[in-house]
Amino acid sequence: MSDPIYKTDALIAEDIDAYLDQHQNKTMLRFITCGSVDDGKSTLIGRLLYDSKMIFEDQLTALENDSKKVGTQGQEIDFALLVDGLAAEREQGITIDVAYRFFNTEKRKFIVADCPGHEQYTRNMVTGASTADLAVVMIDARKGVLVQTRRHSYICNLIGIKNIVLAVNKMDLVDYSQEVFDKIVADYAKFAEEIGIESFTAMPISGFKGDNITLAPSDNTPWYGGPSLIEHLETVEVLTAQDAEKPFRMPVQWVNRPNLDFRGFSGQIATGAVKPGDAVRVLPSGKTSHVRSIVTYGGDLDEAVAGQSVTLTLTDEIDCSRGNVIAVADNPPEVADQFEATVVWMDDEALLPGRGYWLKLGSQTVSAAVAEPKYEVNVNTMEHLAAKTLALNSIGVAEVTTDKPLVFESYADSRQLGGFILIDKVTNATVAAGMLHFSLRRSQNVHWQAVDINREEHARLKNQTAKVLWFTGLSGSGKSTIANEVEKRLNLMNRHTFLLDGDNIRHGLNKDLGFTDADRVENIRRVGEVAKLMTDAGLIVLTAFISPFRAERQMVRDLLPEGEFVEVFVDTPLEVAERRDVKGLYKKAREGKLKNFTGIDSPYEAPENAEIRVNTVEMSPQEAAAYIIDRIMPLK
Amino acid sequence: MTSLTHLERLEAESIHIMREVAAEADKPVMLYSIGKDSAVMLHLAKKAFYPSPPPFPLLHVDTTWKFKAMYELRAKAAQEAGMELLVYHNPEAEERGINPFQHGPLHTDMWKTEGLKQALDKYGFDVAFGGARRDEEKSRAKERVMSFRTSSHGWDPKNQRPELWNLYNARKKKGEGIRCFPISNWTELDIWQYIMKEQIEIVPLYFAEERPTYEYEGGLFMADDLDRLEQAMGTLPEITMRSIRFRTLGCFPLTGAVESSAKTLADVVQETLLTTTSERQGRVIDKDGGDASMEKKKQEGYF
Repeated sequence: MSDPIYKTDALIAEDIDAYLDQHQNKTMLRFITCGSVDDGKSTLIGRLLYDSKMIFEDQLTALENDSKKVGTQGQEIDFALLVDGLAAEREQGITIDVAYRFFNTEKRKFIVADCPGHEQYTRNMVTGASTADLAVVMIDARKGVLVQTRRHSYICNLIGIKNIVLAVNKMDLVDYSQEVFDKIVADYAKFAEEIGIESFTAMPISGFKGDNITLAPSDNTPWYGGPSLIEHLETVEVLTAQDAEKPFRMPVQWVNRPNLDFRGFSGQIATGAVKPGDAVRVLPSGKTSHVRSIVTYGGDLDEAVAGQSVTLTLTDEIDCSRGNVIAVADNPPEVADQFEATVVWMDDEALLPGRGYWLKLGSQTVSAAVAEPKYEVNVNTMEHLAAKTLALNSIGVAEVTTDKPLVFESYADSRQLGGFILIDKVTNATVAAGMLHFSLRRSQNVHWQAVDINREEHARLKNQTAKVLWFTGLSGSGKSTIANEVEKRLNLMNRHTFLLDGDNIRHGLNKDLGFTDADRVENIRRVGEVAKLMTDAGLIVLTAFISPFRAERQMVRDLLPEGEFVEVFVDTPLEVAERRDVKGLYKKAREGKLKNFTGIDSPYEAPENAEIRVNTVEMSPQEAAAYIIDRIMPLK
Repeated sequence: MTSLTHLERLEAESIHIMREVAAEADKPVMLYSIGKDSAVMLHLAKKAFYPSPPPFPLLHVDTTWKFKAMYELRAKAAQEAGMELLVYHNPEAEERGINPFQHGPLHTDMWKTEGLKQALDKYGFDVAFGGARRDEEKSRAKERVMSFRTSSHGWDPKNQRPELWNLYNARKKKGEGIRCFPISNWTELDIWQYIMKEQIEIVPLYFAEERPTYEYEGGLFMADDLDRLEQAMGTLPEITMRSIRFRTLGCFPLTGAVESSAKTLADVVQETLLTTTSERQGRVIDKDGGDASMEKKKQEGYF
């Protein structure tokens, strides 16, 4: 199978300069192939690599040997073996991750994201789709439009891929029947309209035999009037070309300051174009200036466009740092802190509504919480289901609140300023991807009231520095007893304190909350906010809550100024706490009468770097209290 | 408006990645192996931070067995970029006289894999840039741009962080590290074209010239250092002058040469395009341990 569309050996051999000239001006298309194991996806990609001669002789020899050893195509070459990379996958015979492949034709360079199609790999498909200009949705001609076809198409559309190719594969196994092809296309068109796919290009192919891959129509499909797969891939419009037409925005990645005379802002232009002299606005501050120059290593530019990485200098000395966005002055993006968003969950540990996660969007990183989802989408039927949380591979719509204002655009307008990831604050895993829809109006209408008596003034009057002593530990570890002892001693020292514990909080402010993980998160969030208000009033706050999750304790720490949060780990082994069992709760939990009890059937994540740790096996409550006070003095 | 060419897009992407690391890492470093991919990485770093010098040093984890011409370019390149150059030799490998002739796979393991871990720990680097590309080898095709490593430098291919859009998660705990691959999406041809377009200086060994060669276990090698060769092999092999060049550069006794007459960049690209064997074939490392050997090496901490 050799073909004139691919790398022309003749030109390379005869006139390498002409070839290089042509190749230098190629554009690049990134696409994703979606299909399940049996759809022949890996075979198609193997075929593209093989036909475009991206496979070398030594690899081919290895391939031929492997095909005989583990291949599934008898004595013929099993192209799928070329692309299934990791050892674990080869043994199981499936692709479990996203792999990237490369090939060239005369007109373009291609990057293919090869993604598995099983439902349990939704996250991998979303990952591969996020950088794609185009999607090839594969269908087995013998099977027609299946549940998985709908799922793949839904995800591609969700990620905003406008170019969809419906590749009806294995046409050789249905005798290249036009009737079969037309019926599949009609079925798909109906479904595509339902989920809002505006257009798609259907083609009958055989990845195994090579029909309509490079040349169309193949001898077997004279009735087909469209382009071959390669011809189509070579001519569709790429995403960055569309981005260049939008208003100018550049997230600032890095402030470039080699000496006192130069201050530049480095970033990759997300959308639009910029020229020296253009009026720009720095968000979120809203300050305006003009572009002085577009600096690059190769010399200053007259213009830069979407996709380019540049350094801008401005005519005015205005505040601008990493996370800010430089935008065209008269049409800037919005700034808000409450949004509606689609969230794709990617971690084994499910979403905890209300928990603080890091949210990264462009070069901005803020703390964010996701509310209980409005609904979850069944990715197979597109039905909206009621949901309390989102588990691995679930997709839902929810409100997202950030602790600082975000410069953003709706995902439909800009992938760069509308797409975000969520990062677990403790494990640092990337747990979700999200797409912002719009800001919620209430965030535009609630403003901070500037007050004249500030937190420092409140504390000064009380002759102390405000602090939160956050006691954490198992039930029965002695938190309340020790906190009470510490408060008594502070009181004798004329300090203004307040003790928050389960009794005064759970019976009032939080009486609507139970003991599920989500309720525990909300419980701690509210306690954290109350503690923060009290430190604003200048008080020394003591809190005694099990607070089992590191992430929530971190969330409260992040609410407060540096140094005000003091984590006190009341370290009592489970056996000891259970033996004490002051309230008889362990007994109930062991008998199964009490669910979600920390230490029994709900985890306790011990602090890793607590400011203070007291060991209640070795210390009495009085000794522990004295030890804590020693460590927090002088409190002024 | 004309759209960006593929090289312009690749360059912009690599620069974006390097700046993200510079902004988010505590103490980044760029691994520098003196090969053509390293030359491109260094050039991209200069472009990414211009007019500032790149805000990190270069680190060469050396085996002492590189070609002489490589050592010559190393010092010059670092100086021209205005960057500090750190060279690390694994003291144990040095003391035990580990070499590619007598010690086989142990040579790579001690000098490079162990040496790299030791160097990262010694200087406390938390993010290390590497020049690996996804087109090089099958398990690399699935490597992330930011590849997370445990505190013992291990890689778990089943537990990689998803990477979406151009958002990279560089967060980690103290002691953990990240290997960052800014030229993941480049192919060998892209590298050559970029070297040509940007006129990047590379080691002359990439171009054909009459050089002293010997044959060893079916491969063709260059006799770069006769004294060490004789010392290591016992007797000196038969040396013949041939017009040769290298497609990839490593330790001279481990890097196979190809007979060639390609004296210019255009010639080299031409030969690369018309060639029928893959780039890494000249290297011995991928083959020991069978099919999954690179994946295994990476789990152990090799780059």
